[in-house]
Amino acid sequence: MTAQTIDAPTGTATTGVIELQNVTRWYGNVVAVNDITMSLGPGVTGLLGPNGAGKTTVLHMMAGFLAPSRGTLTIDGKPTWRNPSVYRDLGLVTEREAVHGFLTAGQFVLACAKMQKLPDPAGAARRALELVEMTDAADRRIETFSKGMRQRTRVAAALVHEPRVLLLDEPFNGMDPRQRMHMMELLHSLGDRGHTILFSSHILEEVEQVAGLVQVIVAGRLAASGDYRRIRRLMTNRPHVFAVRSSDDRKLAVALIAEKSVSGIEVEATGLTVRAADYGSFTRALPRIALDQGIRLHQLVPSDESLESVFSYLLEA
Amino acid sequence: MSTVALITARGLFGRRRALLLLPLPLLLIALAAICRAYDVPADQWGQAVIVGLGFAVVLPVVALIVGTGVLGSEVDDGTLVHILTKPLPRRDIILAKFLVAAVATTITTVIPLFAVGLLAGSAKLGAALSVAAAAGALAYSALFVLLSLLTRRPVLLGLVYILVWEGLLGRFLSGTRILSIEQYVITIADTIAPTNMLTAQIGLTTALVMSVVFVVGCTVAAINRLGSFTLAGETS
Repeated sequence: MTAQTIDAPTGTATTGVIELQNVTRWYGNVVAVNDITMSLGPGVTGLLGPNGAGKTTVLHMMAGFLAPSRGTLTIDGKPTWRNPSVYRDLGLVTEREAVHGFLTAGQFVLACAKMQKLPDPAGAARRALELVEMTDAADRRIETFSKGMRQRTRVAAALVHEPRVLLLDEPFNGMDPRQRMHMMELLHSLGDRGHTILFSSHILEEVEQVAGLVQVIVAGRLAASGDYRRIRRLMTNRPHVFAVRSSDDRKLAVALIAEKSVSGIEVEATGLTVRAADYGSFTRALPRIALDQGIRLHQLVPSDESLESVFSYLLEA
Repeated sequence: MSTVALITARGLFGRRRALLLLPLPLLLIALAAICRAYDVPADQWGQAVIVGLGFAVVLPVVALIVGTGVLGSEVDDGTLVHILTKPLPRRDIILAKFLVAAVATTITTVIPLFAVGLLAGSAKLGAALSVAAAAGALAYSALFVLLSLLTRRPVLLGLVYILVWEGLLGRFLSGTRILSIEQYVITIADTIAPTNMLTAQIGLTTALVMSVVFVVGCTVAAINRLGSFTLAGETS
């Protein structure tokens, strides 16, 4: 994959700093975002949290599409609510994949460049499409695109004016592994060039591969904040529980208990509940053991894998 | 033509929805042509076709389809975000949408109404109906663009305005006529080319002033409303 270039944001005084001061947002009686204070600068930051934690609400407030009920939210010192001028330096890729499908990718990105009133809209559009590797498909109508191609087109549109701040809501959803990789590289390189990139995700592995910094949101609150390695360590070292069903549960239980990564097994009528001390070695060992014993595995479900439980563990740690 | 207007126009005419605009005007011309072909005196069919169908149905319904099509459909499918995340004054966005809606509605309604006026009376009557329809197109467009931002169901609310407020209440409660665009249209046409097919029920000054109030008021309200456009979170 060739390295693409995008000009580093110009200007030194303003650097794409997103500031949240005690930001709270409620809908009626429901508090969606609760007293969040954070400051984000250049580089890639992951906004991690289970579905419904308030990630989208936070992103929409940052992008000026929702007013904070309380607190202040600024980008480079300017409020984003009711202030369209912030979009000169802000790009947003929403989770909803709606695009003007009757336009071609080229027309769409060019229209965005024109609405940004760029001096050379055609050049900017071409560069943005190159950046997301959509040049070959630029003359096709967007409604004929796959989900991943639409996503890249929308990223190109959000990047066409080379904003200092780029917000992406679940950008990896629906992408195949190659597209995902490419998107991760793109975000990486943008972050390295001094852009402030914030993307939301509910999958730790995604965040881990791109972001140096992680902001974890659980139930509307900022639960953890900092280097992903620390958070990752906390997450992998915690005990895991799996529900396993196989052709011979008892035989499997006997074989598993000899395995070092297994710390406990319960045999029930519906199957086995296995407690593993180490996620990685257990999931690697299980298929090997089953194969050795000639046991057919019917089901392997991590029973506490909801991010909610991961995060509640994090909070206790 | 601004980029916003261009995208709006392509979105409006590039969809099948645009075909909905054709049957009503065609019906209007066809009815007038049939009556004329069978030598039915214009007194007997003029009012029914011009007011009953043209001003009460074709003009507002076409304006409703177009007015909600330029903005409401973009709000619905979320594509509006791509236009809103640009450093454009919200005024420019609303004005572009309003102009596309007003022009499209005017063209779609003025031509058949001119033809009907010609068949029912004279070129002067045709011109009067055209001018009145154009004024109505402006007022309706401003109203329906605003409705697209005020409610998730602008078409339903628009139909309630057309059928209940203008159609039903306007007939019994004279007080409601002051807020009825249909009445302004009738009054303007009747003033330009007085005929017994049209019965103005409000004064010309009222009609003109209120038309302007609708256009300016709804547009200003829409600009303000678009400034506070809120995205609903899907995961929260």
